[in-house]
Amino acid sequence: MSSEIKSLKSEITSQIEAANDLKALDDVRVDALGKKGRITALMKTLGNMDPEERKTKGQELNALKDEIAALIERQESALKRQEMDGRLASETLDVTLAPRPAAMGHIHPISQTVEELTAIFADMGFTVAEGPDIEDDYHNFTALNFPPGHPAREMQDTFFLPDDPEEKGEYAKKLLRTHTSSVQIRHMQANKPPHKIICFGRTYRSDYDMTHTPMFHQMEGLLIDKDIHMGHLKGCLMDFVRAFFEIDTLPVRLRPSFFPFVEPGAEMDIACSRKGGGLRLGGNPDGSVDGWMEILGCGMVHPNVLKNCGIDPDEYQGFAFGMGIERMAMLKYGIPDLRTFYESDVRWLRHYGFDPQDRPNNATGVQKDA
Amino acid sequence: MKFTVSWLKRHLDTQADGQSLCDTLTSIGLEVESFEDKAALYAPFKVAYVESAVQHPDADKLRVCMVKTEKGTLQVVCGAPNARTGMKGIFAPEGTYIPGLDVTLKKTKIRGVESNGMLVSEREMCLSDEHQGIIEVDAQYEIGTPMAEVFGLKDQLIEIGLTPNRVDCSGVRGVARDLAAAGAGTLKPLEAAPVKGTFDSPIKVRIEDSQGCPLFLGRLIKNVKNGPSPQWLQDLLKSVGLRPISALVDITNLMTLEYARPLHVFDADKLSGDIVVRATKAGETFDALNDKSYTVTEGLVGITDSSGLIGLGGIVGGVTTGCGEDTVNVFVEAAYFNPMRIARAGRAMQVESDARYRFERGIDPEFTATGMEIATRLILDLCGTDKTEVSHVVTAGAVTEWTRTISHDPALVKKLGGVDVPADKQVQILEALGFEVKKDGAGFSVQPPSWRGDIEGKPDLVEEIVRIYGFEHIEPVSVRSAGAVTAPAETVTLNRVRRARAAMTVRGLEECVTWSFMPKDRAKAFGSNDNPALALANPISSELDQMRPSILPNLIEAAGRNADRGFGDIGLCEVGPAFRTQKTGGQDMVAAGVRTGAKGAKHWASPEESRAVDVYDAKADALAVLAACGGPADSARVTREAPPYYHPGRSGALTLGKNALAYFGEIHPAVLDEMGVKGPVVGFEVFVEKIPAPRKKDGTAKPLLKLSPFQPLSRDFAFLVDAKVEADTLVRAALSADKALIADARVFDVYTGKGVEPGKKSVALAVIIQPVEKTLNDQEIETLSQKIIDAVAEKAGGVLRG
Repeated sequence: MSSEIKSLKSEITSQIEAANDLKALDDVRVDALGKKGRITALMKTLGNMDPEERKTKGQELNALKDEIAALIERQESALKRQEMDGRLASETLDVTLAPRPAAMGHIHPISQTVEELTAIFADMGFTVAEGPDIEDDYHNFTALNFPPGHPAREMQDTFFLPDDPEEKGEYAKKLLRTHTSSVQIRHMQANKPPHKIICFGRTYRSDYDMTHTPMFHQMEGLLIDKDIHMGHLKGCLMDFVRAFFEIDTLPVRLRPSFFPFVEPGAEMDIACSRKGGGLRLGGNPDGSVDGWMEILGCGMVHPNVLKNCGIDPDEYQGFAFGMGIERMAMLKYGIPDLRTFYESDVRWLRHYGFDPQDRPNNATGVQKDA
Repeated sequence: MKFTVSWLKRHLDTQADGQSLCDTLTSIGLEVESFEDKAALYAPFKVAYVESAVQHPDADKLRVCMVKTEKGTLQVVCGAPNARTGMKGIFAPEGTYIPGLDVTLKKTKIRGVESNGMLVSEREMCLSDEHQGIIEVDAQYEIGTPMAEVFGLKDQLIEIGLTPNRVDCSGVRGVARDLAAAGAGTLKPLEAAPVKGTFDSPIKVRIEDSQGCPLFLGRLIKNVKNGPSPQWLQDLLKSVGLRPISALVDITNLMTLEYARPLHVFDADKLSGDIVVRATKAGETFDALNDKSYTVTEGLVGITDSSGLIGLGGIVGGVTTGCGEDTVNVFVEAAYFNPMRIARAGRAMQVESDARYRFERGIDPEFTATGMEIATRLILDLCGTDKTEVSHVVTAGAVTEWTRTISHDPALVKKLGGVDVPADKQVQILEALGFEVKKDGAGFSVQPPSWRGDIEGKPDLVEEIVRIYGFEHIEPVSVRSAGAVTAPAETVTLNRVRRARAAMTVRGLEECVTWSFMPKDRAKAFGSNDNPALALANPISSELDQMRPSILPNLIEAAGRNADRGFGDIGLCEVGPAFRTQKTGGQDMVAAGVRTGAKGAKHWASPEESRAVDVYDAKADALAVLAACGGPADSARVTREAPPYYHPGRSGALTLGKNALAYFGEIHPAVLDEMGVKGPVVGFEVFVEKIPAPRKKDGTAKPLLKLSPFQPLSRDFAFLVDAKVEADTLVRAALSADKALIADARVFDVYTGKGVEPGKKSVALAVIIQPVEKTLNDQEIETLSQKIIDAVAEKAGGVLRG
């Protein structure tokens, strides 16, 4: 390398290193590599040289040009980075400030419980049926084997509406359904057996105190086929309560009871313990049970009910069950007071409500953290 | 139904203890609701001697006692005025649960003096309300004698919840019979030998209402001596909370509680003439033994004499002919009343009585005569004198036919009950319950006993057998479907309900569940057509007397309550029914919501977020719900046809054809004023079932995606239009300019004020152009832009702003 090129290289190199902003660096680039730049000027001299000299000199100049270009590029990156660092330093924000709010509401525990129940029973092959809140005497009582004047009707305090002038007798007598069992009647009358349905919804009884509200929710199930017996009733409900409460070994007890629309009738209890104050569901590790808590009523559908729905009780039989949705929610999620379900207090809704983006399904388990 | 274990043992020979009897009762369907073991409750309390009682050094009303207990002498601070040296009382050591105070005793210091336990009062022991001083016991009792022994509190009280079909167990003997059948003991024989009458009763009985009273037995017993019952009978009644009155009355109560056989005793000297059982006439009056006077309605079962109405059969007797301490001659009534008639009469007169409870559920018709004999024997035993004479039984009417035969196939127990019970075991159970069982071909012919009117058919027999055999023997069988379920479990409506709920809550609304009813006046303000058919005939209160025509008022009211508690910037929603008519199909599934106050909390980054809620928030909610339910959120038309409870100028409807799918808007300020809720409140209602079902398609595949190779471009236009022209008109005009190329048009600015003449507004549109066949050149874009300007000018009167 000629001393001329060497000194030029060292001179430009130090100019590059001295350039402390992009403008200065660009000046260096123009001075060295621009159309009238010093290296460009030298390149132009090559044409007048003899071939041997041109070859040597040309290689040297090209190498110098590439080297300088690379140095400028490196310096340019460094300067840009430096400039960015300076800008970022001035852009610092207070990250402890709250982000923009994105309000999210909550699913009411009744809806949550309904969705959980639907998921569990859908998995067993039950489908959902619907019926009206305003019923008539026939569908709410008579068809369900409550004969008129029967004292069992007094078990329920019914809300009545004015009679429907366009209907006759029991069909004219309008009332708010006292249970969702009327939905079973409507379903059985409109469809052919076998039946495997659940239904849920608002139910009404004229009672308002610590443990009763004039409106509440029920969920019922019905399974009618040719060979369904009490073993199936017990198995179905046992599977259900264990899935719902997510306690694999939850001890259950079926005991005789009475409802006019079933025979035999029963109630199901689950094991619980009240030792040490609070309520804990389930038995003890050694298999023993401290106490029992009633959770639902059930039984084999009464032959009169089947007949009322046009089903031959000698051919078909099956079971029905029903439960209070609020009670299930209270037990599962530890909600102490029934009346608070209807108060629409946002503090309560936010505390006991559920994440709308995480809905019950059988893959993730139906139980959610409140 | 309450009874004590010792009462039960009058009819049941058993070695079983109270707890195991309770377990058996529950397992056979006589659910034990409470079991009070007084001996266990009072076990820690024992007699102690007060060796000394001196004034507390720092408290006037307290004494420091040295109490000698079976476990040594302890220092106890006591506040009772009667605590004194030399007395004996009841002592509770530390660690004892005090039932009347609901606390467990701890060692403590009272005003600096250590106290180890307490001397208790009657109230603290739940014995009475007495709390003037501590219990004093007779000196004869040794120190350490259990309190239960001193007070005779050894009994165990059981309360069972009777289902309406088991009136036979509303008498202790019926409970004993069921327990015996379940192997918990042996039923003692019934002592009911007839008492021979010696004369004909001068008082006769005539039944004119044989439907209401098929059978009436009477008997005159002369020269008895009424007075307090003997101690055993008083204790029996007191043990279940009944007040002893006099021997004659106590005997009728005993018959009711022990045999479910209510009786009535008349003072024969107060009766005028014969007894006639007849339907009552409206307006007849009588003074009842429950200290109330009744004016009766027509058609109740009346017990009358020549003076008129003297009692309501099967429900309550009258004062004028009742027995008192001075009764000498007693006329005993044992009758059988029609259950339906008693139920109706009881409801009509609103009388609750032990007699009504049993008669309306149907007592044992065959036991009428037996009951008369047992009662006669009791009267002779408890009130008899040397001169007592017993008449022959006066009989009016006859026992109603109650026998029925049910054929029983033992295989049905397995088929319906799901449990194998050997045929001989089945027979044994039925017979133990009093059923008559005869072999009949391969099966049995079964006659239920007279006291089991609830047994009607084959499944009843299965229940009897399985409940006594034990429900625990039923093997559970799962009913999970073997095959996959092809149909969705949810109905279309419920699927939409779930999606609507998710859409609303994700958008920040809190889901509520509110009453289906509301005050009538409020319903009127919310679109009820004042329908009397939707008014409750027997509302629980006037606040809840009309079926709701809309969910909104409930939510607005709830929002108001939350605001009063300091939560004014909130959103609430609900999915549920609203009612149009009382007919089936007269209720709509509605998803509704309200927002109040500011939209979002004040925030440092954006003052805009603390603006008040407005109609567009409600519109956005409504559209989101519509979209979530699969509705035409993009193509629904927006009209101004919202109901009058919305602000007339700030509300709208989303419609499809003639159907309004949703309403949204500010709630009318007058409605808010009426409800006392501070505005602004915006709300919406989406009618979930009115949304058309999506078109049926083959399979589950989505339409094939066609991607354009050409980039879309956006052009902005600002038009000056008349202030009354709605944005939608401009948007539709722009879209109509070229349906092939224009993909979308959006309003991004609306401006009035400086630079825009009054009565006009400037509306800025962003139009999205999607080239279809080739990229557009400048000339083509220019042409298209002109088409847009022309279309807006023509259809909306818009002029492009320079």
